[in-house]
Amino acid sequence: MTDLLKTGNTVPVATNAVPVADTGSFRREILSAIAEGWRLLLLAGLSQDADGTRLLAALADDGHGEIGLIATDVAGSYPALTPDCPAAHCFEREIHEAWAVRPEGHPWLKPVRFPPGGPAIGEADFFEVAGAETHEVAVGPVHAGIIEPGHFRFSCHGERILHLEIALGYQHRGIEAALCGGPGKRSVHLAETIAGDTSAGHATAYCQLVEALSATACSPRSLALRTVALELERIANHIGDLGALAGDVGFLPAAAYCGRLRGDVLNLTAAWCGSRLGRGWIRPGGIAREPRTEVLREVKQRLVDAERDMRNAVELLWKSSSVRARFENTGILTREAAADLGIVGPPARASGIDRDCRRDFPASAYRDGRPAIMVGESGDVFARAFQRWREIENSLAFLGRVLDQPGAGEPMTAVGPLAPNRLALSLVEGWRGEIVHLGLTDAAGRFARYKIVDPSFRNWFGLAIAMRGQAISDFPMCNKSFNLSYCGHDL
Amino acid sequence: MFKALLARARQGHRTANYPAQDPSLPPLFRGRPVLDPEKCLDGCARCIDACPTDALRMAAAGPELDLGRCIFCGECAKACPANAISFTQDWRLAASERAGLLATGDHKVPVEAASREMRRLVGRSLRLRQVSAGGCNGCEVEVNALGNVVFDSSRFGIEFVASPRHADGILVTGPVTLNMREATLQTYDAVGEPRLVIAAGACAISGGLFRDHPEVGDGAEDLLPVDLYIPGCPPHPYTILDGLLRLLGRL
Repeated sequence: MTDLLKTGNTVPVATNAVPVADTGSFRREILSAIAEGWRLLLLAGLSQDADGTRLLAALADDGHGEIGLIATDVAGSYPALTPDCPAAHCFEREIHEAWAVRPEGHPWLKPVRFPPGGPAIGEADFFEVAGAETHEVAVGPVHAGIIEPGHFRFSCHGERILHLEIALGYQHRGIEAALCGGPGKRSVHLAETIAGDTSAGHATAYCQLVEALSATACSPRSLALRTVALELERIANHIGDLGALAGDVGFLPAAAYCGRLRGDVLNLTAAWCGSRLGRGWIRPGGIAREPRTEVLREVKQRLVDAERDMRNAVELLWKSSSVRARFENTGILTREAAADLGIVGPPARASGIDRDCRRDFPASAYRDGRPAIMVGESGDVFARAFQRWREIENSLAFLGRVLDQPGAGEPMTAVGPLAPNRLALSLVEGWRGEIVHLGLTDAAGRFARYKIVDPSFRNWFGLAIAMRGQAISDFPMCNKSFNLSYCGHDL
Repeated sequence: MFKALLARARQGHRTANYPAQDPSLPPLFRGRPVLDPEKCLDGCARCIDACPTDALRMAAAGPELDLGRCIFCGECAKACPANAISFTQDWRLAASERAGLLATGDHKVPVEAASREMRRLVGRSLRLRQVSAGGCNGCEVEVNALGNVVFDSSRFGIEFVASPRHADGILVTGPVTLNMREATLQTYDAVGEPRLVIAAGACAISGGLFRDHPEVGDGAEDLLPVDLYIPGCPPHPYTILDGLLRLLGRL
């Protein structure tokens, strides 16, 4: 693997040091790296001029915490990677839509976000099935609950789903474009709204990127206290989803308790920073303010109480045969499918893939300690639900340690200008999975390109695959077991 | 069954005693701002430079903060050398008129209750259809929280329903992306008259952080006749509940 430029999480490289291969070698390098155990982290357009478009591929070696970079220049089209590397499918669709470059041979080249100037939203060739007793069920963009918009089209045979096609783009707000030209006074706030339920996750990814490009060394204390925000966010969302899963199978006691407990964790976050979603907690250079000593104590104490109530509520789920009967063997995502599609986060771990950035790519924040990482097996709704609970337990144990000994140092370190003509990646294990931010600076040290990969971008197709052969009535429960972000996908 | 009953006893009664009792919000909660023109240094404008959503301007009577654009980040208060801007813990932020959100001095945000006829129809039973139109899931989770046992909006007869046909109005979140414009209008059209429109969050009121992006409209205002504006990024569930109850003339 001589031709990949090796780097790491939040380790900037000179942009012109990234090897630019001809398209054939680019493909071969990527495919042989994948055969050796690397995986595709990101594939995206970087820049465009009259001669063509520069594509960048980032690959990850989870075992060694290494990132490999390689680029190529393409004109109007190039042979698609997707047939040989299915994890590239969403990235190549995006390249096609955003850069007007055609990945030839891509089996599913449909719009992703429907930006202005292209086809109208929802105008795509939907996959169709034909035959006696087949029919389609179309849902959305406006759904039945208080939830973001997206369009789901089920091709069914009776009650059985043959295929689910997911068409998104309704939430497209132009966040990546707005981050270019920065950092500016809006940037960190935009990062916090990439996916509002992942404010801490995306804010951390953004801040780590800015700190890497400006060579800012944050204090150990500020970094440890960032992980508090990330783990509280994980706990709040996981417990909320366990409650929602209980609600989807009509098991109301756990639904009610978990809904309340989610709020309790959000209130802890608000006690710390004023916002229930953790907005204003994480800032470039560290954390916005040093919490008062009593807040640390209070959070620790209230987490002990919350853990007791969570355990009590969640054990009802595992001990109810009616709940288990719905969760078990439903919506299975096999290990092979998850690996092929590059699935990340709890759904990947629930399918037996041992992948977690907190351990594999610890940036400054998790370098000295992290929650225990656990992996499931069966890949069904039960596995994804149980995975959430085990992650809650591990995060709570980790928080106990961090809040006891958060280390020393100032909350905020001054951040200088970004180095010009550099490229860096920032990886964070958000509660949904691996968040990737890529920043490319221009000669003046401003962002010339900002690329965001929310875990939902990879995982939506995993949901579609998990639904094949399932009863359509199990869709809400399966959907909730993934609980993916629409705006994180649509950007 | 026995375990479920034991758990019920252990989890206890959790519904807040609101509105009989004021909610207890954390000391750092950023609610209704107070702008002190006496303290404001002439022409310093550091608050204006610090504001990420251009919500502040210098009016004749001193600094004026548009709560419809404000994301309550507190950067202006931090930037002000004279402490002329502070955020109180007052959660009551909703207004029935857009102009009511322009805060100067110690501004109390006014909500005029809906018409007598509207209150007669929905005052004790309000059904809303929520439309997320580019909302980041921040406002959505806080609207959702109204349904949990703590806020329990259904005890006031306020519920969110699955179909616009069953609704008395819509609650819009998000800046209304171009890609959601048509669906938002269609949902509104599907609600029977008379109907209410509620814009929740800075994005739905003004476009918020996404104002002027080519991919979005600047909130619901240009699209629909808004009856209630609920500021915040996202608004606290109590801010939403307070606004709805005042609109219904219940507070």
